[in-house]
Amino acid sequence: METIVREGTPKTPYVRFDGEKGVIEIKGRSIPENSIEFYKPLIDWLEEYDGAGKDETAVNVQLEYFNTSSSKCILDIFKKLELLFKKGHKVEVNWYYEEDDEDMFEAGEDYQSIINIPFKMIEMEE
Amino acid sequence: MAFDLKEWYNEKLEGEVVLNFNGSITPDLITEALGTIEKSLNLKNEKNKIRKKVYNVFVECLQNLYHHVDKPPADLDLVQNHNFGVIILSKDGSFYRISTGNFVDKSKISVIKDRIDQVNSLTDKEIRMLYLDIMSNGEFSDKGGGGLGMLDIVRKTGNKLEYYFYKYNDSHIFFSLDVYIS
Repeated sequence: METIVREGTPKTPYVRFDGEKGVIEIKGRSIPENSIEFYKPLIDWLEEYDGAGKDETAVNVQLEYFNTSSSKCILDIFKKLELLFKKGHKVEVNWYYEEDDEDMFEAGEDYQSIINIPFKMIEMEE
Repeated sequence: MAFDLKEWYNEKLEGEVVLNFNGSITPDLITEALGTIEKSLNLKNEKNKIRKKVYNVFVECLQNLYHHVDKPPADLDLVQNHNFGVIILSKDGSFYRISTGNFVDKSKISVIKDRIDQVNSLTDKEIRMLYLDIMSNGEFSDKGGGGLGMLDIVRKTGNKLEYYFYKYNDSHIFFSLDVYIS
């Protein structure tokens, strides 16, 4: 499967969706006006990704902050991953947040409460 | 007395102004405005937690404007009247205040008012429940909004939204919103 790599911009995060390695990364800030336009290709990619040949898929999310329309799209990504997990594939989400950033911590908890996949909260020092 | 935009604007310029803008709210303007407040010394000296909260709420306020403003009255002498909106970020004592202003059609008042009054009436726990509910519905408006903006602002700031509708003429109403971040 083709790997998607997008460099970060002032409004969109760095993204790497690597089917070969079974690694999905989203880092930086996500505040586009049109979140669907940015996330649709990533969600389509996950539609096709079945984790074939991988023991597990690691999902690393390290966001500085994100807007509310991104929050819905990020949930869509997790929903696709949840389907993969339900099919028996090992998926683990690593949700990174800075130590005093309660907003990002709570956002992680929000997703955890909706999505049924292993979710690890990882605190980073400032 | 008729609503006076300049007077309103001047009143909102209280405190140490970090950024003030009135004109067309476009994606480029939003990027530029965020770049400007990131360079502000006031904010650079804040704790990470406050700084990010201000950026986050500021972007949400601007994108609310971007998605929801209506045309300003034709008789108002504006340099940029397309997608016209006002945003001011200032440090007012121990608070950061974000004030926004924009014109809306009279027909929208009740929808905006009901929405804000509802959000303002909820407890922290209820706000979170409603947020999760709307986030999970997967719906987007035609303009790409997710219907979470106001809720998110109240959730992040922990403060009620202060708003006022000023009548400009029979069809145009000026919607003024103040958000406090402590």
